[in-house]
Amino acid sequence: MKKVNALKISLIAVVFGLLTGFLIIAVTNRNPYNLVVALVRSMAGFNLLKPDKPINVLYILNWFLETMPIILTGLSVAFAFRTGLFNIGGEGQYMLGCTAAAYVALFVKAPFPLHPILCILAGLIAGGIWGFIPGILKAFKNIHEVVVCIMLNYIAWYLTSWFVRAYLPINPNTGSSSINFPESAIIPTLNFGTSSQFNYGIIVVVIALVIFHVVIEKTTFGYSLRATGLNFEAARYAGMKTKFNICSSMFISGAFSGIAGAVTILGVYHYGRTFQGFDGYGFDGISVALVGASNGIGILFSGLLFGLLKTTSNNLQLFNIPKEVGELIQGAIIFVVAAQYIIIYLEEKLSKKKGEFK
Amino acid sequence: MEVLNSLIEMTPISLMLATPLIIAGLGGLFSEKSGIVNIALEACMLIGAFVSATLLYFLYEAQVPFAAWISILAAVIVSTIFVSLHAIASIHLKADQTISGTALNVISTGLTVYACEIIFGAKSSKAFNISASLKEVRIPILKDLPLIGVLFDKIYPTTYIAILMVVVAWFILYKTPFGLRLRSCGEFPQASASMGINVVKMRWIGVLLSGAFAGFAGATLMLTTQTFFYFNSVHGLGFVAIATLIFGRWNPWGILGAGIFFGFAQTLGLYSSNVKMLSFIPQQFFSLFPYLITIVVIALFSGKGSAPKAAGEIYDASKR
Repeated sequence: MKKVNALKISLIAVVFGLLTGFLIIAVTNRNPYNLVVALVRSMAGFNLLKPDKPINVLYILNWFLETMPIILTGLSVAFAFRTGLFNIGGEGQYMLGCTAAAYVALFVKAPFPLHPILCILAGLIAGGIWGFIPGILKAFKNIHEVVVCIMLNYIAWYLTSWFVRAYLPINPNTGSSSINFPESAIIPTLNFGTSSQFNYGIIVVVIALVIFHVVIEKTTFGYSLRATGLNFEAARYAGMKTKFNICSSMFISGAFSGIAGAVTILGVYHYGRTFQGFDGYGFDGISVALVGASNGIGILFSGLLFGLLKTTSNNLQLFNIPKEVGELIQGAIIFVVAAQYIIIYLEEKLSKKKGEFK
Repeated sequence: MEVLNSLIEMTPISLMLATPLIIAGLGGLFSEKSGIVNIALEACMLIGAFVSATLLYFLYEAQVPFAAWISILAAVIVSTIFVSLHAIASIHLKADQTISGTALNVISTGLTVYACEIIFGAKSSKAFNISASLKEVRIPILKDLPLIGVLFDKIYPTTYIAILMVVVAWFILYKTPFGLRLRSCGEFPQASASMGINVVKMRWIGVLLSGAFAGFAGATLMLTTQTFFYFNSVHGLGFVAIATLIFGRWNPWGILGAGIFFGFAQTLGLYSSNVKMLSFIPQQFFSLFPYLITIVVIALFSGKGSAPKAAGEIYDASKR
């Protein structure tokens, strides 16, 4: 089986996903061109239908805002992928991160720059522990991490819902969320005078990207992790601490998702939440990691891509196109990446045909 | 005596909640026994719930007889077609089964809510008339029996079907040559192929059955516990069905027991505030209980080998 360039597969998947989107919009009697309009508008703040209007920075900032958590969850899934593990538990780790950060925000007193840092550390540890559980079970009991992660997602949902109500001061107006965080814990916005909630959490995202890249590609620890992922038995035979690698990889993986939760709750919500359902960032992370081929630079771009898809689908409402088309496009993209063998197969067929003509 | 009375009172609701879990769990069983892990049970249930709710709404308007059963049948068919995406990817295109299943889960929420927006112009379907939905049945004479009479009083017909399906699934899997072949494909497919068994065909059957069963489960859930479809109609029960499958140790009777157990656990959550002994436990703990016990059970029984050995692995005929 020939190896095909990961970038090529990602591009084909994205094109296929968008075509699926166009097709579904057309089949249901909407104008597919509006999807293009919404995409351009979300990406450049430029309205194709009203070309004389100036660029609106709000749209661009909202795009970056949507990108922040999914780059972090993308890093989370990718870190586990590189060690041969599938972290489908990002959703739960994210919720734990949210709740731990909210707890520290409300109960620890600290001056401004220190306070959000402490909250993020709390989110990191909480998410990390939630990732560590499937890690231990995998390393010492050889239990598949996927099932454990799925179960932990739901446990996290109910656990945080109970914890917030039981231990955080509840806002009497909502009854289901905590009171607002003190000013010192909030990550300030960076909105250039617009109403966007884009915030300085972006610094955390950039640091996380750099750390991911350095640890995975440039350190012996990262090398040992990758070796464990590529061939577990060979790595063990070479004297690498494979069990330690699995546990620590899942901890770090969970930590990234936990940070995603902390940054979101400190930068966007500013209060402790009880979740009505999954926010979906953990699952988005799977798409981001897959399309980004689990490397730092790839994740930056695929994060931007899926962030764009998310903001675009919000803007689609204006054109009477249901926003769920975004999910359909995303699903189609994951499907093609999963079934990438078809691309390899077709390519082999095509190159054979070319050979016959010679 | 008080405990017994509340147990009897809880039984119909518990069985109602257990039924979709048992049916979808059996679907997952067929798929995993053939060697394909299907974490898209949630997606298939969602599709089944959507199709049954939508169709029942329109069939009632058109005054078609047996509307509920036609809706269930349609749900089964559409869900079976939908799950073939998973079959194509994981059997023919060597896809990672978890990723392919995740893709289906993402597609299903998008597709169903999108369809609601197109058909009903809202994020949910319009409520169907309850009189058109499934009705509880009371079996005369049997329902008056002491103690076990409760099993024949106000029980949905789908519950009896689910129990029948358990028996049939057990018979097919363990008492017929077909069942032996299907199971062999999930244990050591290369050996099955060498005995002339068509592994690809067996796995297609396994996956299609899982889609059909999960679609049925989704429709059952919709027609027995809800009146309209929205994005959270299945609220993770597809994953509880996987938990049922694991807690039931990949065995039809185990699935029946695990399903009823989880059904009771959920009902206990609903009743807990009324029962003195339980009222100090937060309601959320009853909700998370099935997930927690699944992890405990996997941890305790790991290495005991009741899971199909080759499930989740990409089939490569040349591997030994």
